[in-house]
Amino acid sequence: MALTEKALSKRRFATISDREINQVYRPEDAPVDYERDLGDPGQYPYTRGVHETMYRGKLWTMRQFAGFGTAEETNRRFQFLLEHGQTGLSTAFDLPTLLGYDSDHEFAQGEIGREGVAIDTLADMEALFEGIPLDQVTTSMTINSPASVIWAMYLAVAEKQGVPWDRISGTIQNDILKEYIAQKEYIFPPRPSLRLITDNFAFASEHVPRWNTISISGYHIREAGATAGQELAFTLADGFAYVQAGIEAGLNVDDFAPRLSFFWDVHNDFFEEIAKFRAARRIWARDMKERFGAKNPRSWMLRTHAQTAGVSLTAQQPEVNVVRVALQALAAVLGGTQSLHTNSMDEALCLPTEDAVKMALRTQQVIAEESGVTNTVDPLAGSYFIESLTNDLESEARAYFAEIERRGGVVTAIEQGFFQRELAESAYRFQRRVQSGDYGVVGVNKFVDEEPLRIPTLKIDPEVEKRQLARLRRVKAERDSVRVAETLEALRRAAAGTENTMPRILDCVRAYATLGEIVDVLKSVFGTYRENAVF
Amino acid sequence: MERKIRVLVAKPGLDGHDRGAKVVARAYRDAGFEVIYTGLFQRPEQIVQAAVQEDVDVVALSILSGAHNTLVPLVADGMKKEGLDDVLLLVGGIIPEDDATALKAAGVAGVFGPGADLDDIIEYTLSHVRRA
Repeated sequence: MALTEKALSKRRFATISDREINQVYRPEDAPVDYERDLGDPGQYPYTRGVHETMYRGKLWTMRQFAGFGTAEETNRRFQFLLEHGQTGLSTAFDLPTLLGYDSDHEFAQGEIGREGVAIDTLADMEALFEGIPLDQVTTSMTINSPASVIWAMYLAVAEKQGVPWDRISGTIQNDILKEYIAQKEYIFPPRPSLRLITDNFAFASEHVPRWNTISISGYHIREAGATAGQELAFTLADGFAYVQAGIEAGLNVDDFAPRLSFFWDVHNDFFEEIAKFRAARRIWARDMKERFGAKNPRSWMLRTHAQTAGVSLTAQQPEVNVVRVALQALAAVLGGTQSLHTNSMDEALCLPTEDAVKMALRTQQVIAEESGVTNTVDPLAGSYFIESLTNDLESEARAYFAEIERRGGVVTAIEQGFFQRELAESAYRFQRRVQSGDYGVVGVNKFVDEEPLRIPTLKIDPEVEKRQLARLRRVKAERDSVRVAETLEALRRAAAGTENTMPRILDCVRAYATLGEIVDVLKSVFGTYRENAVF
Repeated sequence: MERKIRVLVAKPGLDGHDRGAKVVARAYRDAGFEVIYTGLFQRPEQIVQAAVQEDVDVVALSILSGAHNTLVPLVADGMKKEGLDDVLLLVGGIIPEDDATALKAAGVAGVFGPGADLDDIIEYTLSHVRRA
C-alpha cells in the first residue's frame, strides 16, 4: 500500500550508516569540476579508478580468504580454489599464530586451527605452499603483529623453491593501527610496532620490490561497528600515519608509498559503498600529492582489496546470504576494486564448507562474465546521487581528520580510546535501529521463518591439535638448537638497536626458531600492550 | 534500595571480536544492571576469580573463536569449585546447535547466537537470575 503524502513527509530515509537521503538529487546537490574532482580513469585524482582500462584490461583478482586446521588441510583448500578458477591466494591464520603463541603454549588450548591455519615454524609454511610455485600465484596473508615473522617464512619458502624474491608478489596485512582500533589482535605497543612496519617498508623496497608491505584495512573497523564514513576516515588516517612514520624513519615517500595497498569492507547500502570507494581514491591522491609531496603517480593511487561484510550475514535463513553477498560484490566492482573476497553463506554459523565457498566464488564469476558491468569504467560517474554521496563522504572524512589531528594524531587518539568509543557507540546505535525495526534485516526482524533452515556446516577435526603439536615437537627435536639460540640473540640486539630487524628474523626462521620464540624476544625488548576497554 | 543485578561480561581466550560483548554490556547497563566488563584475552580462571571478587549474579561469556568447547566448561567447572552455583552462566557467539546442547549439559543456562534479540537476552536474564 502506498504511503499518503503526509505519512511520507514524516518518514525518514537513511542509509545503513544513518546518512539521510533525499527523495531526488539534482545538479546543485552534486557540484563537481570534472578535471579537478573526477578526472578520467587512470588520471589524477583517480576518483573514477586507478586504471585507464579497468576490467576491460584485467578483471579484479578473485581471492577467497582460506585457512583452517593444519597446513595440509589449508593447502588442499588452496588447491581446490585454484582448480575452480580463483586467481590469488589469501591465508587466514589461527588466533595463537596471530598473537604470537606457539601451539604448545597453554593459551593456545582449544584455539589451534579453529579460525585459521596454525603456523609454528617454517616447516608449517613449507607444507602450506607445497606444490604451489610462488612465482605463479600472488598470496595475501592476514597477519599483523607478527607479520615480519610470517613474511620471513614465506620468503624462506621461496628460497627453498628456488624462486628469486623479485619474482614473488603478494600482501601482508601488517596494519597494526586498526588492531588497536578494532580487531584487537595486538602484541607490542604502537610505537615499536610502527618501527617493525617501517623496517618492512625498507626491506621490501630493496629486496622484494613487488610485495605489498601493508594492507591498510577498513574492513575490521567497519565490522567492529563503524559507519561507512568512519571506516573511510579512520582507515585513511591510519594510512597517512604510516606514510608519516616512513618519512620520519628517513625513507623517501616515493620509495615505499607505491607498495601501500588498502582493504575495504563492502556492506549493504549499495550506493553509499560505491561512493566510499570513489571518495577514498580521491582523498588519498590529493593528500599524497599535496600534503606529503609524493611525485610518483603510483604513490597517489589507492589500490584496494575488498571483502563483503561478514557482519551482514545472518544465521537465520542462511541461504539468503548468497543474495546479500551478490549485491555487495556488485557494489565493490562498481566501486572499482582490484581484488575481491565474497563471503560464503554459512559464515554466521561456521568457517565455510567447500560447497559454500564455491558458490561465493561463482557469484564473482557471474558478475564478471554475465552481468556486463565490466564493459565500461566507472559507469555511475556523473550520477547526481553518486557524486553527492562521494562529496559528502570526503567532507565527513576530512572532519574526522581534523578531530584526530586536534587529539595529537592517530596513536594518541588510540591511547585515549577515541576510535574505540566511536565504534562502540555506532555499533550500539545500529543494534537499536534493528531492535526498533527502523533498519530491516530479512529473516531477523522482517519476514522471519518460524522453522529454522539447516544447512551443512564445517567441523574442525579435533585431531588437528594433536597433529600440530606432534609436528612442533618433531621440528624442535631435529633442529640445531645452538643456531636457534644464536639467531634469536642476534635478533634481540637488532631490535634493541636501530638495525633493520628483517634480515635477523629471516635468519631465525631459517634456523626453524618458532614464531613464539621470535615474538618472545621482541616482547622482551618492546614490551606488550594492554587496552583500557570501553563500552 | 534494592541492589542492582550485577553482570560480568567476559571475553575468554584469544578472540578479539568485542563488538557483541560491548553491545550486550551496554544493553544490560541501559536496562538498569550493574555491568563489569573484563576486557579481552581472559583465562577461564581469571573470569572465575573476577566473578568471585565482584560478587556477580550473572556471568555472560562472549566467544566467536570456535574455542567454546574447551574454554566454557573450564569456566563452568571453576565456578562450581568456587561455590558459584547460584550464578547464572550465559554464552553468546557463534555456537553451533550441537555444541550448545553440550555446553548446557556442562552448566550453561542460556546460549545466544548471531541475530539474538537484545530484549530477549535481558528478559531471559531477569527471569532466570537467582539473587542472594
